[in-house]
Parts: sequence; C-alpha cells; structure tokens
Amino acid sequence: MPIKSYLVFPKQGKKALLEASLKDIPSCEIIQAENKDLIILVSETADQGEEDALMQKLSEIESLDHLNLVAGFNDDNLNH
Amino acid sequence: MRPLDRRTFLKYLAKASALSAAASMFPGIIFAEEQLKNLPDGPMDWVKSPCRFCGVGCGLLIGLSEGKAVAVKGDPNSTVNKGLCCVKGYHSVLALYGKDRLRKPLVKKDGRFVETTMKEALDLIASKMQETIKEHGKDSVAIYGSGQWTIPDGYVASKFMKGGIGSNNLEANARLCMASAVTGFMSSFGMDEPMGCYDDIDHANVFVLWGNNMAEMHPVLFSRILDNRLKRDVKIIDLATRTTRTSAAADRSILFRPQTDLAIANAICYEIINNDWINASFIEKHCTFRKGKTNIGYGLEDGFNFNDEAQPISFDEYFDFLKDYKPENVEALTGVPAKDIKYLASLYGDPNKKVMSLWCMGPNQHTRGTWINNLIYNIHLLTGKISTPGNSPFSLTGQPSACGTVREVGTLTHKLPHGVVTNEEDRKMAAKIWKVPVERIPAKPSFHTVEMFRALDRGDIRFMWIQVTNPMVTMPKLNRYREGSQKTGRFVVVSDVYPTPTTEIADVILPSAMWIEREGMYGNSERRTQHFQKMLQPPGEAMSDTWQLIEVARRMGFEELFPWKEEDHIREIWKEYSLFHAGKKHAMAPYEVLKEEPGVQWPYVNGKSTKWRFNAEYDPAVTKGKFEFYGKPDGKAWIWMRPYEAPPEIPDKEYPFWLNTGRVLEHWHTGSMTRRVSVLHRAVPHSYVELHPDDAKALNIRTGDKVRLVSRRGKIVLPAAVNERGQPTPGQVFVPFFDESMLINELTLDAFCPISKQPDYKKCAVRVEKA
Repeated sequence: MPIKSYLVFPKQGKKALLEASLKDIPSCEIIQAENKDLIILVSETADQGEEDALMQKLSEIESLDHLNLVAGFNDDNLNH
Repeated sequence: MRPLDRRTFLKYLAKASALSAAASMFPGIIFAEEQLKNLPDGPMDWVKSPCRFCGVGCGLLIGLSEGKAVAVKGDPNSTVNKGLCCVKGYHSVLALYGKDRLRKPLVKKDGRFVETTMKEALDLIASKMQETIKEHGKDSVAIYGSGQWTIPDGYVASKFMKGGIGSNNLEANARLCMASAVTGFMSSFGMDEPMGCYDDIDHANVFVLWGNNMAEMHPVLFSRILDNRLKRDVKIIDLATRTTRTSAAADRSILFRPQTDLAIANAICYEIINNDWINASFIEKHCTFRKGKTNIGYGLEDGFNFNDEAQPISFDEYFDFLKDYKPENVEALTGVPAKDIKYLASLYGDPNKKVMSLWCMGPNQHTRGTWINNLIYNIHLLTGKISTPGNSPFSLTGQPSACGTVREVGTLTHKLPHGVVTNEEDRKMAAKIWKVPVERIPAKPSFHTVEMFRALDRGDIRFMWIQVTNPMVTMPKLNRYREGSQKTGRFVVVSDVYPTPTTEIADVILPSAMWIEREGMYGNSERRTQHFQKMLQPPGEAMSDTWQLIEVARRMGFEELFPWKEEDHIREIWKEYSLFHAGKKHAMAPYEVLKEEPGVQWPYVNGKSTKWRFNAEYDPAVTKGKFEFYGKPDGKAWIWMRPYEAPPEIPDKEYPFWLNTGRVLEHWHTGSMTRRVSVLHRAVPHSYVELHPDDAKALNIRTGDKVRLVSRRGKIVLPAAVNERGQPTPGQVFVPFFDESMLINELTLDAFCPISKQPDYKKCAVRVEKA
C-alpha cells in the first residue's frame, strides 16, 4: 500500500495545465504553491501494479518537466 | 484527541516531508490554504534528534504518537540542514521497525542460536571475559565499536577497557573511514577536526571536491552548495576517479588515475609558488616546513610497525622538491592535462576567490591517506585560505558520531578521552578523573583494527565484543578475518539491532536499543554535539549499548567505575566526560544546553559555539595575533613535503582492472538498517558492478549480465551496470558494499596507510569475466 510524496515541477508557463492534469488522477492529491512554480503531489495506491500505472500516467503528462520523490511509505513496513 | 489511523498518519507524514523539502528549496514559498489545515501537528509530539545515518548530522524532528515513531521532518531550527532531509533521513524511523528486529539475547549452542534472558547473557559474557583474561592475559580480550556508537557508549567502553581491565584493545570502525583524517589533522595542525564549519558553504566561491561523491554521500550539504550556485557566482569542481551524480552537477569534472591525487596536489602547490600566488606573510607568520620518511610500506604483513619522523626543512628545499611535480611532468602519471591542473591552481591562487576543499573516503581510504590530507592542507596554508569564512579545507565524516565518539572520546587503541596513551600527562589526567591507579592504563598502544582482527585470527586475541558495526561485511580481505573469528577457542559477542553476517559468527548476540530508543549524543563533522532523548521503548529485552557495557563491567568487579543510576546515567557520563575537555580549546557544552539546543559546536566558551578555530575573530582560545594554530607548541601549522608513491597492487596482465568500492545514496553502510526499509530496498535492491561502456563492449557485457570479479583473494558474481548511476574510467570497475549477499570485501586488499593504519578500499586489482 504505497504512499508517496513528490515535488513536481511544471514546464515553463504550464503550471495551470499541469495542475489540471494531476487533478484528473484519482489516486493523487495535490497542494499548489501560490508563489512558486511547484506542486506537491501525494499519491496513495493499492499495490505495485497501481503504482506502476500511476508512474506511466505521470510520464505521459506533457506539461510536467520533472518530479522529485521526497518520501515514500508502505504501511506493510510498520509491523509493530 | 482522536488518534489517527496509520494510513492517515503516513499520508500526513508524506505531505509534511514534501512541504518541508519545498520550504528548504524555496525559502518563502507559500501554500497558504494547506499550511493552515491537515498538517500533522494534532495528535503527534515532535521531538528533536540528529539523524541516525551519515556524518552530516542533520537535525530531525521525530513525530511520536502512541509510543511509536511515525513521522520525520527536517528541523528548521537546525543550522546544518535548515529543514531539509535526504531520502534516508525521511525514512529513518522505519528502520526501527523491521520484522526481524532482534528482541531477545541469543546464545550459540551446538551450532544453533538459542534464546536466553538478558541477565543470563550478561552473566555469560562477564564470566567468559574474566576466564579469558585469567587464562591468556588482559590483552587477549578486545572491544570493537563504531562511529555509530553514541558518545556515552564510547566513553564507557574506553573507561571499561583502559581504566578498568587495563588494556588498550579498544578500536572502532572509524579506523576504516576517518583515521587518515585524524592523522592528517594531527600532523599538520596538532589538533583533530575541521577548523571551519558548514557555514563556509555560504561564503565560498569555489568548491573543489577531492574524490568525494557528495551528491550521494552528503546530499543535504551538496544541496546547500547547489543552492548557493543558484544565488551567487559559484564554481564546483569534481576531481575524482569515477563519473558520478556529483560530476553531472559540477561545473567541471576532472578525472585522475587512482592514487595520483598525491601528484596533483603537489603540482597545484608548485603552480601556486611558481606563479607567486602564495600568501607570503601568512606563511612566514603561521607555517613551518617538514619532511617525513618515504617508501613507508603498506602494512600487508602481520605485526607491521611504522613511526614517522618529522624533520624541519626550508621553503627553498620544499620548492625544489615540488619541481618534480610541474603540471607537464605529471600529466602522464595522473591522466590529467597540465592545463586542468593549472586551472585548479589558479582557482586556489586567486586572491579574490574563497575556496573550500571537501573530501571524505577518497583521500582517507588510501595507502597514503595521511599524506594526501597533508597535501590538501598545504594548498590552503600556502595561500592563507584557511580559518576564515569560505576558506576551508573540510574533511567530511561518514558516520553520525565518528567525530563525537571515536575522535573526541578517543575509542582507538592509542587514544584517551583527552590525548594519547603514550603521553604520561594524558594518562595521569585519565587516571585522576576515573579514580584509578595511573599504572593501570598501559602506555603502549596495542592493536589497530586490521591488526586486531589479525590477532583474533592468530589467537593473540581470544574474546572480542563487537557493538554497532558489521565487520563481517566491512573488513578488507574478508575471508581471512571471517575464518579467523570462527577458529576454536575464540569467543565473539555481537550487539546489534538486526541479524547480520557478523551476528552469524557470534557466540552471544545481544539485542540493542536503537537510536531514539535510548538517550545519547552524536558528534558530527563540524564539531557539533547533538543530544537526543529516549523517545520509545526498545523492543523485547533490547538494551542500550552503554548499559550493556556497564552491566558487564559491574559483574567483573568494576562497580566503582560505573556508579550511575539507570535513570540519569547519560547526564552523569556527560558531566564526567566533559572534565577531559575543560578549557577554551575544546570545552564541551553543559548537558542542559545540549538538551535544549539543536546542536552545539565545541569549543563552547562563554555560552557560545566556536565556528572557526585558530582565528582570533571567532576563536576565544587564540591569544597571539590574528591566527594561532595552537595545536602545535609554536602556534604554527606544518607544510609537509610528501611525494607520490604507488599503491601496493596495480592492475597487471592477470588482474587488469582497478576495483573501487563505495556507497550509494539509498543505503547506509552495510545496509543492515536501510535494506529493511522497503522504499529504500526497492530503490536499490542489490549490489552491482559498474563498468566503463568501452570495457563492457570489449567484454560483450550489458547491463544486467552476470559478471564474475576475481582478485588474488576471492571472487564474486554480480550483475553489470553500464551507463547507469556512475561510470568508472576505462580499466576500472566500481562496486557498492551495502549488499551482504555480494560481499565485495572478499576481494579487497588489507593494505593500509602506515601512519593512520586506515585500509584502502579504493584500489586493488581484479579480473572481470562474463559469468
């Protein structure tokens, strides 16, 4: 059950387009920076298959320049 | 308050981490709506701690809920990382919760591990230690610790071995990573540890990285350098033997042949003098010149012994020596064009540029490690670019407390908490503080790390207690030392948090409390001591390494040395340890200050940290003029004449490739913790061998193909990586050492720097075959 957060950087002048594209993806929540060209993306997927499908969708977004993984968790880890 | 479910917690944590990272990258960034809602401040307590992993010493805030650590974010109050973390830091608390965490002591019976109680295990260890001393003498027992020991762990181990048992058989794995840095500092300045601090990054115009892949090994500091480049005119020069992520981010990548950094440094010094770029006034007032012995050997034989002798020389003698290192003369040896060496010299020589040199394992894990440390200092001393903001030769460290515990407490055979065992005054100080007869502390060092494992193999050592380290992955020429440790008549105790190849050789395994499951302190690369409180209950019967040592020492009759109560022993240990460092040159902050602050840099004088030592403007210990290198009796630093000497094993027809080993961003050292964090494990699930594309093509090897590496000491099979994360130069291969299923140290050579006794993990000869 992976949960991950990313810093997502739009191509120049395409932040609004990128926001719209990310909002369309059901497993994603986004937080928009008001004064910088940056979007925070928090993803929550059910399994590795869904995770791979999400990565594929992200890679197809034209307005996305690049993204940096900040944190990733799998609640299977927390077996305490 | 309603507790959050685990998934919601994790989502909050992921969000908080991203917000924190964004705030660090873009100061002033606004997420107005989101900053006011749904942030994980509700049911969690946030408590400060230094990171458990590397030597940068990032300040973290640990999110605690219902007795568990559930979140991490960078501490915005920490001047080290200013709220930023790397991928290991963000996932650090997950390393507490691996499924196979050691919870009960285990004793080997008939070849199998059997659970026992902590009381019985500690009784057994104490009786075995006593029995071994009775039969074979006090130097037949040893403790091998770690730069991941907390400061109290190391202090108690030193007092137990040197003040209690009366043996100098105490070493730590920092011998494998930092010993050359120590001997470099001691021989050049007479005092250990950097004179500058991380704030130098915000002042320097040029960063020269000597064999230092900072982008992966010190990512938070590297991000601070990159951040400065966005704001100012800053140049980053990557001087290395392998192309890495650091090279990709640098303004200039200069590749050199292994070991020839010695010649490059001398060539830079030649250029600086020849072009009259020296700071003559600084040299005259603050430096003298020395030469040491040459052709000093490699320590390959048991019982190798070497002592350097410093002889004064003149500036003219030094410059005559450097004439062999004209840039054109060393082109063929180093593989570096003369124009590139001249370019480097011009950066150091430009009076209008502030220069920071940074290095870590490249110069330290080197059969002439002390020398290359000296030579980098020479460059800074000749130009007077030292001990002022932005002018800084900066030796980075690898482990969270290699500086705090191993170098400051002195958990090495020749060291004491203040000074060295060979110095009578230092022994008297220790005996007075410990309240033991001075005769009990031996005046002669015994075994450094490689020699200690050789002694275990030979049978000179019969009992070894290993804490917080994994030598059955990290020792060079591993096959010899693994076999030696398992010989009849050896008794090995291992304290750790997870099963490792080292616990496999143990007779007793003690489960340790990890990091924030106990109270402690770490000391980072910039002389910063950082306290962390006990935040969690350790699992099962796990116990702190400090308290394990105290329990065994008390069972052996040393109750008077360790009179402290469990509830406040860390405070009492700190108070006693601080006595060793009283005075303006090394004073440590009081315990109460450490508890409050995100970290304090020694010397801590009149309620203030010291950022730059040896400079009167910043250092209250300086009494004469603007600068005083007060580690030396005359207050002057030493510029050393050190030649290039070849390594002991060079590629030949039978073994035609250099083997270089190292780390990757995602894994901490031997991976015993980070490989249990699924995100990190999945990112780099196994080791690999990097090849240059031309070599791969010639051998018909592609990424993923199985490759057999063979050295004179062993062989392993790994998957190939071509044009992946890093790229070695032609004729060289690189293998990370984090993977216990692919033990690259079965191939490495146990040659070491004769002065520091630190092994060279960066150079030996191997054959490459498609498997």
